[in-house]
Amino acid sequence: MALLEVENLQTHFRAPDGINRAVDGVNFHVNAGETVAIVGESGCGKSVTAMSILRLIPEPPGKIAGSIRFNGRDLLKCSDREMRAIRGNEISMIFQEPMTSLNPVLTVGRQIGETLRLHQGMSAQQAEARAVEMLKLVGIPEPERRVREYPHQLSGGMRQRVMIAIALACNPKLLIADEPTTALDVTIQAQILDLMRDLKRTVGAAIVIITHDLGVVAEVAERVIVMYAGRKVEEASVEKLFRNPRHPYTQGLLGSMPKLGSSLTGEETRLQEIPGLVPSLKRKLEGCVFASRCSHTTDLCRKVAPALEEKADGHIAACHYAMKEAVAA
Amino acid sequence: MSQPILEVNDLKKHFPIRAGFFGGVTGHVYAVDGVSFSIEKGETLSLVGESGCGKSTVGKAILRLFDITDGQVVLDGTRIDDMPAGTLRPMRRRMQVVFQDPFSSLNPRMRVRDILAEPIRNFGLAKDAADIERRVAELMDRVRLPRDAVNRWPHEFSGGQRQRICIARALAADPDLIICDEAVSALDVSVKAQIVNLLQDLQKELGLAMLFISHDLAIVEHMTHRVAVMYLGKIVEVAPKRQLFAAPKHPYTEALLSAVPVPEPGAARERIILKGDVPSPIRPPKGCRFHTRCPYAFDRCKQDEPQLRQTEDGHFAACHLHDLPAAENPLAGARGAAVIAHH
Amino acid sequence: MASASVLSPGQVSPEAVKAATPMPDIMPPVKTRKGFIGFLWRNPSIAIGGAIVLLMVLMAVFAPLLFTVDPTALAPARRTREPSAMYWFGTDMLGRDVYSRVIYGARVSLIVGFSVAVLSSIVGLTIGLVSGFVRWADSIVMRVMDGMMSIPPILLAIALMALTRGSVGNVIIAITIAEVPRVSRLVRGVVLSLREQPYVDAAVSCGTRTPVIIWRHILPNTVAPMTVQATYICASAMIVESILSFIGAGTPPIIPSWGNIMAEGRALWQVKPYIVFFPALFLSITVLAVNLLGDGLRDALDPRMAKRI
Repeated sequence: MALLEVENLQTHFRAPDGINRAVDGVNFHVNAGETVAIVGESGCGKSVTAMSILRLIPEPPGKIAGSIRFNGRDLLKCSDREMRAIRGNEISMIFQEPMTSLNPVLTVGRQIGETLRLHQGMSAQQAEARAVEMLKLVGIPEPERRVREYPHQLSGGMRQRVMIAIALACNPKLLIADEPTTALDVTIQAQILDLMRDLKRTVGAAIVIITHDLGVVAEVAERVIVMYAGRKVEEASVEKLFRNPRHPYTQGLLGSMPKLGSSLTGEETRLQEIPGLVPSLKRKLEGCVFASRCSHTTDLCRKVAPALEEKADGHIAACHYAMKEAVAA
Repeated sequence: MSQPILEVNDLKKHFPIRAGFFGGVTGHVYAVDGVSFSIEKGETLSLVGESGCGKSTVGKAILRLFDITDGQVVLDGTRIDDMPAGTLRPMRRRMQVVFQDPFSSLNPRMRVRDILAEPIRNFGLAKDAADIERRVAELMDRVRLPRDAVNRWPHEFSGGQRQRICIARALAADPDLIICDEAVSALDVSVKAQIVNLLQDLQKELGLAMLFISHDLAIVEHMTHRVAVMYLGKIVEVAPKRQLFAAPKHPYTEALLSAVPVPEPGAARERIILKGDVPSPIRPPKGCRFHTRCPYAFDRCKQDEPQLRQTEDGHFAACHLHDLPAAENPLAGARGAAVIAHH
Repeated sequence: MASASVLSPGQVSPEAVKAATPMPDIMPPVKTRKGFIGFLWRNPSIAIGGAIVLLMVLMAVFAPLLFTVDPTALAPARRTREPSAMYWFGTDMLGRDVYSRVIYGARVSLIVGFSVAVLSSIVGLTIGLVSGFVRWADSIVMRVMDGMMSIPPILLAIALMALTRGSVGNVIIAITIAEVPRVSRLVRGVVLSLREQPYVDAAVSCGTRTPVIIWRHILPNTVAPMTVQATYICASAMIVESILSFIGAGTPPIIPSWGNIMAEGRALWQVKPYIVFFPALFLSITVLAVNLLGDGLRDALDPRMAKRI
């Protein structure tokens, strides 16, 4: 049994001018200790999916349907009280903005200790000792001093390290990281990604990383889920996805990224464009969600929404024309 | 060689920090602290660096959106940094700007037609109303937006389309130089490619010079002819693109290149992970500004500030390592390929 | 990478087509209403507040037609009558019909409210624009405004009224002066943040002159916050007018205003509470409606602004 099993997840929002079907039928699982990336452009529903897992969607105007089984328990059937016991304890989350996610009037130590005292009933001294330990774990120099500092005394990269320390304090089984490095500079991003790779080995929590940056995906993930317009369009191991993308959208995304080092290999080509815009999610879409922008679109695509099919071992794509690998190969 | 379209000589911009009841100056942010470069006609120079390195301040200083502290900005042989506002106005036509955020770059209370007509009217580029209308329609064609969209309001467009309108507004003045201040950074991957391609096409068609300010090295490498790398208000390295990416001559550039995540799982790269954070531009470190994070720093770096010097043809770097014998200089070889990825 | 070879180039045979199972609706559909009715439906506070304000305006304009008598007609024989079919809101200690006085009193409140809102917006906008654009003027003007803001608006208005004689015009001027500092502070703040907008920088680069920038790029974008602020000022001006009249420093007693009526009923408050009750009720409803309208406008015009005001 997988650690997390998401089935037919739908998260819709009521807006004055219609229902926004932000996530509309997403299935995936995360195994214990595994790193899964959910990748897609803004508005594809990747963050809403993450928020739905922790039930952080305000209801109303939102509504979540489907099932989210964590360790066999359906989170959508849990009471608010049970959810509070899970959040920050068994499942924790890191957000994009390290500045606004920390409370400016509490010391770093208090904020790490808070979750420990709440979930694990530690005393103040135990919590502080553990906070120092956590800061050491996330590579903050002089943890004994830093533990008494306030967030504004730390730099952006340090704050993100503190966020990670808070998230890991209770030894969660699942860590959800929503664009954890997007707000950071590239050299700091490298530090944080390096830290996340290290922590994966030492802590062993499963990680769901939400990002728009395919470079980040390639650096940290084992399995990748590509989302488009509220749906999963492709899923594969990271090697398969980058070497052999099967959905035209994934192919387009990879083709539209300039490669670092392009001037060295002499392959200075024009970037591949994905024409057009993401469709509005406020109407029900007929046919394939990508049909309006795909260069291979046929009448079939416009009429029939393709099911997610296994096109090769562990490689799933929702496209009528994505070829299957010969079974006997 | 002909005269460069833009020359920046020892540009400095220090922002005073005011505090207290009487607003006394208590210090300065040394945002830009002695930057020099030039851009030839039709050339793209990229200014790269991390947030707070002063790259956007350089762009705004060239545009004279504020007065500079020291130095010179020379546009096609004419010094513009000390020009009075009246004489400067016609000069403004020759350099236009595209900003990062497509949402706040367009006045929400103006229709697209009026947005595009504004520079045409201001610089007297059209004979009459019909001529303005014709030019606006041409601009819409150039940025590949439907002509009838001129009657719409900015909020009716997506981020990518708005950025096209911003580009059209910049082109409306018929400029020689366009400053793109993180012009594609806020856009989604697939839209980013559309705008990058558009900018490249326009540059070829119109022979524009471009100052491309960005933190995204992959885009920069794709777009540019030459690259200038900034760190804490100074240029640490300038070189033609291929030279810079193949053999960076400054440890910061090298680290920057190695830090960019590349979409190739399992790529065998040499990784240089810098320690710590960028120091505050209020109190920049003595000596080389990068010495606090530099993996190769030695004693001299803490005392002497290295000057930007030519290390090979057209390749300038500000680093003491190049005074060492080649055998002891870790930057002597072609390091770029090793830190970027292996192909 | 990204080769087309993983896509089958030809047609897919019909039996190979696998359709995705359609996802159900999990929410009842949203009824979208278009046009003005839809706007009111989505913004109930504008609808309710606007309707009450409109009702009050109509009442004030058509006061003579609303079964009123001369609100100043004295009838000592019929003093302090209780509310009845004849005198809906009763009569006051001089025998004047309270209903007629309340209806006519709406005129003063509304005129004062709207005039102060308009005048202080214009003056505040001018001062705010100047101090937002002229750096040396800014520090002087804003220190003066700070000084004025340290005096409660009511006290300032009372002091100003003490210098002149009571008339509706003077009441308007006094309250306007008391309100101007708040408006100019708001406008200055909005102007300073608008000046930092990239589209203003772009306009400068496009060779637009400063006066045109103010007129075309700054001013239109202050309309939304100004409208909202004007409604709040309108409500506050109505209250200040009533207070001034109540303490005898406002509208002359000969003109019926809600404050005046309450002032006259004050002595009899414990035995004849209705004389105070009805004008107070009308005042509260009107102020509430105007504030409701302001809140609705704030939400409808710009959600981000909700944080600023």
